[in-house]
Amino acid sequence: MSLPSSFSLGLVAPLIPATERRALATRLLVVWALAFVIGLINWTYRLSMNESAKLVVALVYSYAISTSIWLFTDVARFAFRRLLHTSAPSYWPPAGRAVLMLFVGIPLGYALGTLLGDAYSGHSTWALIDTDYKQFAGLLLSALVISLAFVAYFYQRGHAEELKRQVSQSQLMLLQSQLEPHMLFNTLANLRALITTDPKRAQAMLDHLVAYLRATLGASRQTQHALQNEFDRVRDYLEIMSVRMGPRLRYSLDLPEALATVQVPTLLLQPLVENALLHGLEPKVEGGHISVSARLLNQQLMLQVQDTGCGLAEDNAPRSGFGLAQVRERLATHYGAGAQFKLANTPPMGTSALITIFLNPTPPP
Amino acid sequence: MTPRPTALIAEDEPLLAAALQSELAQVWPELVVLPIAGDGLSAVSQALQSQPDVLFFDIRMPGLSGLEAAAELADAWPAPGPGHKAFPALVFVTAYEQYAVQAFEAQAMDYLLKPVQTARLEKTVSKLKLSLTQRAWPAIHFEDTLSQLRNLLAATPKLLPASEWLKTINVSVGQHTRLLAVADIAYFEATDKYVRVLSGPHDYLIRTPLKDLLPQLDPQIFWQIHRGTVVNTTFIDHASHDDQGKLHLSLRGRPERLAVSRLYAHRFKAM
Repeated sequence: MSLPSSFSLGLVAPLIPATERRALATRLLVVWALAFVIGLINWTYRLSMNESAKLVVALVYSYAISTSIWLFTDVARFAFRRLLHTSAPSYWPPAGRAVLMLFVGIPLGYALGTLLGDAYSGHSTWALIDTDYKQFAGLLLSALVISLAFVAYFYQRGHAEELKRQVSQSQLMLLQSQLEPHMLFNTLANLRALITTDPKRAQAMLDHLVAYLRATLGASRQTQHALQNEFDRVRDYLEIMSVRMGPRLRYSLDLPEALATVQVPTLLLQPLVENALLHGLEPKVEGGHISVSARLLNQQLMLQVQDTGCGLAEDNAPRSGFGLAQVRERLATHYGAGAQFKLANTPPMGTSALITIFLNPTPPP
Repeated sequence: MTPRPTALIAEDEPLLAAALQSELAQVWPELVVLPIAGDGLSAVSQALQSQPDVLFFDIRMPGLSGLEAAAELADAWPAPGPGHKAFPALVFVTAYEQYAVQAFEAQAMDYLLKPVQTARLEKTVSKLKLSLTQRAWPAIHFEDTLSQLRNLLAATPKLLPASEWLKTINVSVGQHTRLLAVADIAYFEATDKYVRVLSGPHDYLIRTPLKDLLPQLDPQIFWQIHRGTVVNTTFIDHASHDDQGKLHLSLRGRPERLAVSRLYAHRFKAM
């Protein structure tokens, strides 16, 4: 183990989270590229004003100031995580503290950068406060404006990336909850058994599995489909499960023809049916019955999944966190206040999950 | 002539049970497969009754899981002696490696992944045949099985950090909610749908299952002593064996005695 490298790592490692180091370095490169342009502009401006100016000096100022402002803002928000209340995943402080960070960090960075530039060029920018107050203020203001523009740009970009990450995360979780390994491998084991004993049934089961997988893997591409499609997917799943569970699972589907073409979010009922099976019937030795139904009542579409399983600990209790949260979230994004979700025990046994969607755009009073 | 070996399959999915049975008939023709048990509880009672040599237990079953059923069986298994067989060799069958089952491959118990592949089943069968002929030290084998079951069962709930341990248990009494100090609770006992909380002279019911409660309790103070019992060690007066060799706990200030499962009996050995 080489001491110097471990020493330098020891200094940097706890400061910047591993996942953020690359993005931080990229931002420094962007800052440096623009520092070159700013230095160049500064230099040509000086020349046009008939001042004696050296390109190297202009660049040293530009690089020194931009790098120190970057240090005092971008690096500081990681270094002073506690003070600024920044935390994963965005590491962006809350509004009040962000303003504090910028109005302390940018002038500090400007001051340090200017001092470095002065040390190189050998003349004092601070003397300008007395000799040419306007020029000094102009320099400070331009530094402030440029820095704020940078911060705004990086903030926007970070925010967009964060959003993208959240969306793909929830899609991944949806996929994982549907392609649960237990379900998949048990189904494959049943198929393996059927291939030798009952090839016809094996074929039918495989067809249902293919339809189920196709719907699950494609669910992220399509946001809505007809209720008939939704019921077909539920049937695929229940058919697979009834091969597996044998007489322990009985089910019924009831979709009136008039409702077959009503559009609903894709795989909206799927998590409810899975929950009814997983938490309602599977733990129960004698199994039970699941009924899935759709009906129209006073312009309200009622979608219900009922089971005769072992019931909930409490009404609306979070059963399998993600499935139900996902149903609620999708109803909210599709219908806003125009949809409701209720989960309740149905005495003497079992549970009922009920989705109510107001087909009228405005909910009745 | 030695009697033919017997096996019990516990599996809730009928097609999988039948498939395992027919594959076993191919790779181990001498083996007699007993009628299939469709859930954990009937697996325990059938195994106690027929005393098979080998158990194939599905892990995920309604009622009792395969692991819980095996623990229950280990607890109720009669002490070896005339007329009683040694504890059976255990093979767990699972669709998904939720437990670090590979660690147990070389041990007293084996595991199979679903779909069960013929080559893998043959390997398991040859190991089983070997272990059946080497049953010279059933006591050692049984102790191994107990400690592995203990590890597998303990691997499931994840203990929460000390800062998240419960200080009080909220119970509803009529229209009120009463907050019981955890330190005053003598023990928790799972019933069919509820968990009984015994504190002072009173007896309350809560809906939180024992397995959700356990990770939120200080493991130094609250010990699981049975599938359905978690005891506050500060209330224990002494542990004693009854005529059948079963361990019981006597508590301070309470008349009842609590049964300790064989699985957890090691905690009460004298130092």
